[in-house]
Amino acid sequence: MFSDYTLSELGSIFVMQGFAGLILFSVFVLMALGLAIIFGQMGVINMAHGEFMILGAYVTYFTSQFFLKYLPGLFGGYFFIAMILAFLASGALGLVVEWGLIRHLYKRPLDTLLATWGLSLILQQTYRSVFGAREVGVDLPEWMMGSLDLTDTIQVQINGLFVMGLTAVITACVFLLMFRSRWGKQVRAVVQNRVMAGAVGINTEKVDRYTFALGCGIAGIAGSAFTMIGSTGPTSGQLYIVDTFLVVVFGGAASLFGTIASAFTISQAQSTMEFFLSGSMAKVLTLLVVVGILMLRPQGLFTLKVRR
Amino acid sequence: MSDDKERGLESALRRKLLMGIGALPAVALFPKIAFADKPATSAVNTTGLAVGDDEVTVGILHSITGTMAISETGSVEAEKLAIAQINEAGGVLGRKIKIIQEDGASDWPTFAEKARKLLVNDKVACVFGCWTSASRKAVLPVFEQYNGMLYYPTFYEGLEQSKNVIYTGQEATQQILAGLDWVHSTKKAKTFYLIGSDYIWPRTSMKIARKHIEEHLGGKVVGEEYFPLGHTQFNSVINKFKLKKPDVIYAAVVGGSNVAFYKQLKAAGIDLSKQTLMTISVTEDEIDGIGGENIAGAYSCMKYFESLDNPNNKEFVAAFHKMWGEKTVIGDVTQAAYLGPNLWKLAVEKAGSFDVDKIAAASPGIEFTKAPEGYVKIHENHHLWSRTRVGQAQADGQFKVVYETKDLIEPNPFPKGYQ
Repeated sequence: MFSDYTLSELGSIFVMQGFAGLILFSVFVLMALGLAIIFGQMGVINMAHGEFMILGAYVTYFTSQFFLKYLPGLFGGYFFIAMILAFLASGALGLVVEWGLIRHLYKRPLDTLLATWGLSLILQQTYRSVFGAREVGVDLPEWMMGSLDLTDTIQVQINGLFVMGLTAVITACVFLLMFRSRWGKQVRAVVQNRVMAGAVGINTEKVDRYTFALGCGIAGIAGSAFTMIGSTGPTSGQLYIVDTFLVVVFGGAASLFGTIASAFTISQAQSTMEFFLSGSMAKVLTLLVVVGILMLRPQGLFTLKVRR
Repeated sequence: MSDDKERGLESALRRKLLMGIGALPAVALFPKIAFADKPATSAVNTTGLAVGDDEVTVGILHSITGTMAISETGSVEAEKLAIAQINEAGGVLGRKIKIIQEDGASDWPTFAEKARKLLVNDKVACVFGCWTSASRKAVLPVFEQYNGMLYYPTFYEGLEQSKNVIYTGQEATQQILAGLDWVHSTKKAKTFYLIGSDYIWPRTSMKIARKHIEEHLGGKVVGEEYFPLGHTQFNSVINKFKLKKPDVIYAAVVGGSNVAFYKQLKAAGIDLSKQTLMTISVTEDEIDGIGGENIAGAYSCMKYFESLDNPNNKEFVAAFHKMWGEKTVIGDVTQAAYLGPNLWKLAVEKAGSFDVDKIAAASPGIEFTKAPEGYVKIHENHHLWSRTRVGQAQADGQFKVVYETKDLIEPNPFPKGYQ
């Protein structure tokens, strides 16, 4: 397939293809990070993760509308405010959901699966009734569109760079929070031994609530960022949920590093295969490889002890 | 012998008398009918449909919930508008139309179940509904078993024909062939890259497109690819476009993937005013989600665009906006859905009856001159004669019509040499 092209053409295609793989990697990490915190650290299977993301996307949409109408001069920077609002909105919804639903189900992990799936249906229908069944188009500031021309033949997407930068920042924040802060220590203590953690004076209920809210809030930021590359509609969250679970489970449910490693493996495999095969075949092969590896290592790539 | 003759006379007399008595009720009714100007219910409804003296019940069966609600909302709105207009003008055979609406919930077995409910319990005179081919395939046996009538609005892959369905959208050849001819002759296009979502409609359509490109246009297909429904990452295929440099990207991507595809094309620096892209899956409805600036310059191949400049359409667009709000847009399928109730009314009036068999027999040849798309006529095969149009997407979310076929194109759901 390459015989008709010059070496420099091929070179630029491979650079761009490598970049495409990195974008996919960032997207996967961003999708999966929130879920990895909730699923990995708390053992809650949150099927409504996609709907928390879409809440973030809707918040972004409304922020953009607000800026267009009242502050058109500052439109170029609205996206940062939108992301903060998306984090707050999804996080707040997460708090409410944890308080009203999840905390009653900690001892019944399979029931959380059912309950959160029901929650996802309820949220979808709520979005549909409140925001309308049609998809909405989010206006982006001009600087986020288009691509940088590194050379004549190599173009790099600006929104791809943006997603990569965002992913790096959020991953760093989560890392600091979980492994360098007092609160992160409490979270890990609760994960390892809830009774003991409670005995030494950690308010385990509060830790649970904020961990869940943090995971949901990160989902909100992800949803906000994905308005650049995907659709915003009541059921758009469903597009991400399968890949998200795939990444988290493949990485080993309890390990944040596992999530990142698995996102890298899956994204590189998928984007390379997509280039040489057709889209559907690439997906089939990726899933086959993941299933094969999970058969050999049911616990995923990396493992830690989980709450019993 | 004379006895016999006398008896014969007597019985003849008796028969005449009896006939006179029998006709009495009809005579008594006659003035009322003449004033109301409508035929008796017993005459126009011989199969026990829900048709009364003042009312006729029809069904609307679309997804109001679930993934497909995005697409089907416009169709419901158009059908309700058409029915409201018909009622305002006096109804059908003097009877107002009453709607029973059911939700298919984007789930094909639910569609079948609700279709059965509409036909068996509600005995509706006809149903306007379905959107995806999967939902139509699910309800088709129900409509054939209970002899119902379905008006189906979506452009679809063809390869189907039923006495119990009127297809108001285009079948695949009506949508594809003329558009390819146009892009071949005006853009001198030789190489094509085909890309679609992975299910029956894009695959069948691409098969037809490939045959036409290779056998009739002397062009070359340099790539053909399908992505799972809901796929959101298109960077790899975009790199393949850059490598193969096709004259035309020919796309049939649907749903959420559609939005992701165009956003990523734009972000990757593919300028649609230079790179010709033709799609058969983007209407004004989809642009709402994609964003006009992301798709400006692309060509879409349809039979209707909201921007069509004719008096029928201006009236239709104004009425639609008045009923459903200024911000709603009208896509190809929405217009096709609007045709359904109107074509049904014409068929009922032509047949002089609500009976499904009579409507099915009367439908071929029916012309609807007030159609927003211009003028349509029902073919023997229950599809519509219609024009193919090419529109270029504008940043404001509308299309500029750049080409339309001179003549109506004959529907050909079983195209020879294209399968």
